Amino acid sequence: MADLSVNICGIKSPNPFWLASAPPTNTGEQVMRGFDAGWGGAVWKTLGEPIVNVDSRFGAIDYSGTKVIGFNNIELITDRPLDANFKEIYEVKKRYPDNVIIASLMVETKEEWQEIIKRSVDAGADGLELNFGCPHGMCERGMGSAVAEEPKVLAEITSWAKEFSNVPVFVKLSPNVMDIRDPGLAAVSGGCDGISLINTIKSIIGVDLDTLVPKPSVGKESTNGGYCGPAIKPIALHMLAVLGRDPKINVPISGIGGISTWQDAAEFIALGATTIQVCTAVMHYGYRIVDDMIDGFNNYLDNKGMHSANELIGKAIPGFVEWGELDLNYDIIAKIDEDKCIGCGLCYVACLDGAHQCIHTRKGPCNAWHGDSDHGFGPRTEVMPPVWHNGGEPAMNHVPFVDEKECIGCNLCMLVCPVPDCINMVEVSHSGGKESWKDRTTNGSS
Amino acid sequence: MSNKISPNYGLSSDRLEKQFSDYKPLYTEAEALIEANRCLNCYDAPCISACPTGIDIPAFIKKIATGNIIGSAKVIFEANMLGYSTGRVCPVEELCVGACVYNDLNSSPIQIGRLQRYATKKAMEIEENTGKKLFPINRRKSEKKVALIGAGPASLACAAYLALDGVEAVIFEKDVLPGGLNSTAVAPYKIQTEDSITEVNWILQHGIELKTKVEIGKDISLDQLIDEYNAVFIGIGLGAGRHLELGANNNPAVFSATNLIRKIKNDPDFSLPNDLNTILIIGGGNTAIDISRELAMLGVKDVRLLYRRSRQEMPGYEHEMVEASRYGVRLVENVTPLEIIRNGEKINSLKVKSTVSNDIFDFPCDWVVEAVGQLKHVSDISPEIEVDEMGRLVVDSKSFRTTNPKVYAGGDCINGGKEVVNAAQDGREAAFDMLKSWGISPSLHGEKYFKSFTSIFVQEMTKEENIKNG
Repeated sequence: MADLSVNICGIKSPNPFWLASAPPTNTGEQVMRGFDAGWGGAVWKTLGEPIVNVDSRFGAIDYSGTKVIGFNNIELITDRPLDANFKEIYEVKKRYPDNVIIASLMVETKEEWQEIIKRSVDAGADGLELNFGCPHGMCERGMGSAVAEEPKVLAEITSWAKEFSNVPVFVKLSPNVMDIRDPGLAAVSGGCDGISLINTIKSIIGVDLDTLVPKPSVGKESTNGGYCGPAIKPIALHMLAVLGRDPKINVPISGIGGISTWQDAAEFIALGATTIQVCTAVMHYGYRIVDDMIDGFNNYLDNKGMHSANELIGKAIPGFVEWGELDLNYDIIAKIDEDKCIGCGLCYVACLDGAHQCIHTRKGPCNAWHGDSDHGFGPRTEVMPPVWHNGGEPAMNHVPFVDEKECIGCNLCMLVCPVPDCINMVEVSHSGGKESWKDRTTNGSS
Repeated sequence: MSNKISPNYGLSSDRLEKQFSDYKPLYTEAEALIEANRCLNCYDAPCISACPTGIDIPAFIKKIATGNIIGSAKVIFEANMLGYSTGRVCPVEELCVGACVYNDLNSSPIQIGRLQRYATKKAMEIEENTGKKLFPINRRKSEKKVALIGAGPASLACAAYLALDGVEAVIFEKDVLPGGLNSTAVAPYKIQTEDSITEVNWILQHGIELKTKVEIGKDISLDQLIDEYNAVFIGIGLGAGRHLELGANNNPAVFSATNLIRKIKNDPDFSLPNDLNTILIIGGGNTAIDISRELAMLGVKDVRLLYRRSRQEMPGYEHEMVEASRYGVRLVENVTPLEIIRNGEKINSLKVKSTVSNDIFDFPCDWVVEAVGQLKHVSDISPEIEVDEMGRLVVDSKSFRTTNPKVYAGGDCINGGKEVVNAAQDGREAAFDMLKSWGISPSLHGEKYFKSFTSIFVQEMTKEENIKNG
């Protein structure tokens, strides 16, 4: 059993898994049930001047029968009185001293920041998270992502918070910027102790094709919301890694964005997150998902021979380089396992229409490339006549085959193959050593 | 059309057959979506090749998944006008479902028949509710007219593709009910007559005229049809059930399987006697298994299927035999019937001989059902149309023309007894050959037709290429 406890900005957490500031952390009763389920910490639903919400608030994308691969909301910060929230924070912290409570905050003026920070610290919050992320509603009032878009304002408010707080201050960043380093560096220059990212992405989740009103509808209208859920994980991973490898970002990061499983969490930690935060998956399946996150993450660390979660933090960052540094001489080709192939033809058509026409079929007319192996460098201005390949063993006729000379090693066939481990990408030995585009431009050839 | 069949063929609601839950019930929308989304959308999918009508199965399934039910049903009907009934009566385990790649992944294959039933049923409902036709009737009058003999699947398919291209199609049926075996001889647990008639009415509405109770050779001669019409399509199926010489023909307790199914299926007054204990079914084909299963489902205590060879040699499908066994049907292998032992009208037993040991023994029984094939209609056909030694009409395998070029044929009367789906395919091919011979390019063509056409074209192209290249 590895040690899952982590220390972020001096805050000790029994594990890296926190509930993100969102509906699952709306009340003390919920947060306590979350802690009972195993969550190490909770970032409280954002506190501020209580607002009035609209109905409805949520929308989702389903894909091929899978529900909620993407999720969006137009809900605002807490609509509950601050007194009730602070009383609950105090009570929960008293009953769960080993779990982490971070107060997420969003107000406008310096005086308001001073007031709300004082009350949060007095209630017993272990840290603060300044919500500069919300891309809907609050930004129209000059808060949320409106702040993240103005690095100077962001730095200034951060410095106020540091001035008023004696607990660590996290700044939660919005992904709705051209370069995540701008708000990231502003937060650091404002003196933050840590960064949380990403908040939701500005979005319209869909359009109701009967009423022609965008979703989620509020009567006959809708507005843009914040997009989250499994679909945004790649965006979050990239922004995390960009900050994670930047030497000027010298503060710990709490990673957020589409995390549903221990694998997702481990990927975030490997790209530099110290803790991770989850919202959508809990909204979909409940607090209970943390059980397998803890269990699976533990087994993973054991298998990797790591004794602590800390050993994984940032381990994948050295592998995240610029394109120009990649090895142009590295070669792989696709290999199809004839015994596993079920003959669905998906690799054939994907390669034919979506890649390099180098997977051939024996089943019928084969439209793959039958000219010289030139990796597509030669002009291709005519449609070639299809070819009937000699099938050989009739039983094998459904198995497509790869023109290994023409294969460019793009992965597409492996990605679409529905059979586990049927198509593998295999490294081909090459005589030259590593040579990147940067090497070539330095050497004068391109 | 005025010739819509009135629903007086049905069984009263207290009949047990009405209480059977479908053995493959109509999917709900949620079930259909889950199943449709499971489909891998194979390229050049093996299920398509396994379908005698070559329905583009992945295409219609993916259209269900996107909620495009009308589009989905069109894909089916373009290849198979009897898509609704074949979704239920096709032996899918042997055809499309048996070819599904999921079988090779040791996962349950896509339930193509049930999805097909869902798409066609829903589309027919949408059509009825909105009044918008899936296939607008082609008003182009071709001046051509075709007579079709027999209102079974082959003629219905042929007539539909003709009517959709403006050809006048008139079907002559000697029975009171159209629909062929779907209406009269497929066991009710698979499809009840009213479902078959629903489909027939749906097909007829595309501008097809149906004349029932008209027998060719009696009420009107084949030669007269050949004279009056531009082409004639023969889709007469097979004749009455064959009887063995067991010394009790015309006995009310001895049935041919097709007759008994028809009684169960169409006769509101029919009921099984209360003291019926044992029924012996003679045969080993799918009809034999079907009637056995139906009788067992209807509560007959002892249903035994007697087959003269071993189970492995049965022409009936193994999966059907397994299902029948679940209802209590017992198979007796390697016995051949010799004689029905009776006491006046009352049957006592069936004397049988083991084909392995030659032992002779008696099976006590109340009824005997013979499922040993159907007679051919050879005598009904004009002498200028060739018939093979098995009694099947001889047709060209591509055009479906008989030896009289004006006369086409399809379905059981040319193949000796296959599936509904084969008849539907024959009818379609014949219709396309007629249309093409009249210079009409068929406005509907399913995937298979299109494919076979392009591959022939491509084959010729490459042949030329090869010749050119030496």
